[in-house]
Amino acid sequence: MFGKFLKKSKNRNPDKPLTRNIVDGRAYATLSDYQSTGGYEGLRTAITTMDSLGVQQVVKDSELRGRGGAGFPTGLKWSFVPMGEKAPETKYFVVNADEMEPGTFKDRVLMEKDPHQLIEGMVIGSYAIRATAAYIFLRGEYHLSAERLSQAIAEAYQQGFLGKNILGSDFSLDLYLHSSAGRYICGEETALLNALEGKRAIPRAKPPFPQISGLWGKPTIVNNVETVCNLPHIFFYGVEWYAGLGRGKDQGTKLFGASGRVKNPNVWELPMGTPIREILEEHAGGMQDGYQLKGFLPGGASTDFMLPEHLDVLMDFDAIAEHGSRMGTGTMIILDDKTCPVKMVLNLEQFFSRESCGWCTPCRDGLPWVVTILEDLIAGKGQASDLELLEHQTKMMGPGNTFCALAPGAMEPLQSALKYFRGDFEKYLERPVVKEAE
Amino acid sequence: MRDQDMRVDSQLSEAEIAEVLEEASHYPEKSGASIEGLKVVQKYRGWVSNESLKQVADLLDMSVEELDGVATFYNLIYRQPVGRKVILCCDSVSCWMLGSDNIKQKISDRLGIEYGGTTSDGEYTLLPIVCLGACDHAPVLMVGDELHHNVDEAQLDQILNTRAS
Ligand SMILES: Cc1cc2nc3c(=O)[nH]c(=O)nc-3n(C[C@H](O)[C@H](O)[C@H](O)COP(=O)(O)O)c2cc1C
Ligand code: SF4
Ligand code: FES
Repeated sequence: MFGKFLKKSKNRNPDKPLTRNIVDGRAYATLSDYQSTGGYEGLRTAITTMDSLGVQQVVKDSELRGRGGAGFPTGLKWSFVPMGEKAPETKYFVVNADEMEPGTFKDRVLMEKDPHQLIEGMVIGSYAIRATAAYIFLRGEYHLSAERLSQAIAEAYQQGFLGKNILGSDFSLDLYLHSSAGRYICGEETALLNALEGKRAIPRAKPPFPQISGLWGKPTIVNNVETVCNLPHIFFYGVEWYAGLGRGKDQGTKLFGASGRVKNPNVWELPMGTPIREILEEHAGGMQDGYQLKGFLPGGASTDFMLPEHLDVLMDFDAIAEHGSRMGTGTMIILDDKTCPVKMVLNLEQFFSRESCGWCTPCRDGLPWVVTILEDLIAGKGQASDLELLEHQTKMMGPGNTFCALAPGAMEPLQSALKYFRGDFEKYLERPVVKEAE
Repeated sequence: MRDQDMRVDSQLSEAEIAEVLEEASHYPEKSGASIEGLKVVQKYRGWVSNESLKQVADLLDMSVEELDGVATFYNLIYRQPVGRKVILCCDSVSCWMLGSDNIKQKISDRLGIEYGGTTSDGEYTLLPIVCLGACDHAPVLMVGDELHHNVDEAQLDQILNTRAS
């Protein structure tokens, strides 16, 4: 019977597992919608046929990499959690649903349209590390996600997918929704742990890593929403099927998106390793009439610019890195030829400056300084040495010089803009007083 | 209504206390519910006064200083009165490229307030917000709990008119 079910569901968009329940004209997938395509069967397979280490092994074999921006292998991350009898009794599994990186709009879709998918993934992840409680750390502005998730959590308890002895096993789990109250820094995983403990969201020193000492000092895994949404399918359809999805080196599918002046800004589930050109030209429909592509940030505000000459690069973690940027969140921000790259970078740096948590000096003082230099430059009050000063800042706030990755992320669009759009910066030096033309 | 509540009763209601304690039950230490506790108060009163803050701190076994340190860190906790509806105007990159500056200006012109300001009738407070995760529908506004996509001037008239009366 199970086999028949499997076969039937396999026919249904097996190439787009994450969005298979997102159907035009349907607000969201209810529990029965979700179960009609095999929902909670992946969990059943994991929990009734494997032990926790076995589940970890499947995820390692799947080569799933984190979708929160850094692409860290999920199975490897889990393997650092102490297991067995000597391990602490209390452990936590936390989902990062803070989604505040400018230009990123993928996790919201997954939570609003198919909330049970995330919950099933969380139970699988929690079982893999033997977590005793799980939290969804949700940004405060996502009211609709909160509503749908709360309902889904209640249903999952009713059906025995959460609570005591899940599906008749010896595994029990409580799952809570934490609705936050702003600040981009909460998405940084150690700041998130402080926020979840009800403190100011200041990042923590690493080591110790959260896997050893996280929430309230207990072993804790933090994974992105989209990462976790992959789990049910890996267990339902199997690792082999999963490996067949990617077109490049990475496995599975990914939500890719594009915003800015493209004809059809949106988010699409596509194979890992889809060429950027295909995403922009076929899915986003190319540029709006009267606009040309000048560059793009491939995966949110804290990724380096890429150029039209990079259109044939594959959306793969390593392929993008080879071209000096990062896949980040996979949602692209498109720079058109009528938008000034210097002003765009100013907008980005204003964001980072405002959102700096203020804990370490290079970031707290450096980001406002960068903003001032850019503002002066744009106002026609710049000098030639400013560009060197900006370059100097990108080093000062580069990796290793600040307490967390916010400031290095802030430097990525700046350093690449200085490299690729130098002429646009220099133009402001040629004209001593530039009036706001627009 | 909120203003009245606020003046008439500075004590947390039974409902508020129950909700704060319910949130606290989700964490091994009550202080884990500090943010959600403050949000409960805000749901009923619009903002968090010193008296409310003290009572939430007591409920969660925290000092007032500690809880205020938390309250002032998060931009969606309001430590001063705000309008019945808070308008959050996304000023991040994709919305900026599609004219969020202009939208903000139009709102300011209509309501006579800048960022941080509240209309004299107590209806609206205007604040900037980071990317609302709807960049494919830029520019984007959140008014109260409601998200508005692809905002243009005509839509703005509608959004503000329906609420202003
Ligand atoms: C400033 C900053 C903000 C971040 N915001 C998010 C976020 O909103 N969501 C997210 O999943 N990861 C975010 N991250 C990355 C997390 O620290 C972490 O790497 C991620 O949640 C791990 O999940 P994954 O392994 O499933 O990708 C952020 C990192 C930094 C430095
Ligand atoms: S780099 Fe910035 S955000 Fe990160 S700890 Fe330092 S001040 Fe805070
Ligand atoms: S930039 Fe405005 S919603 Fe993302």
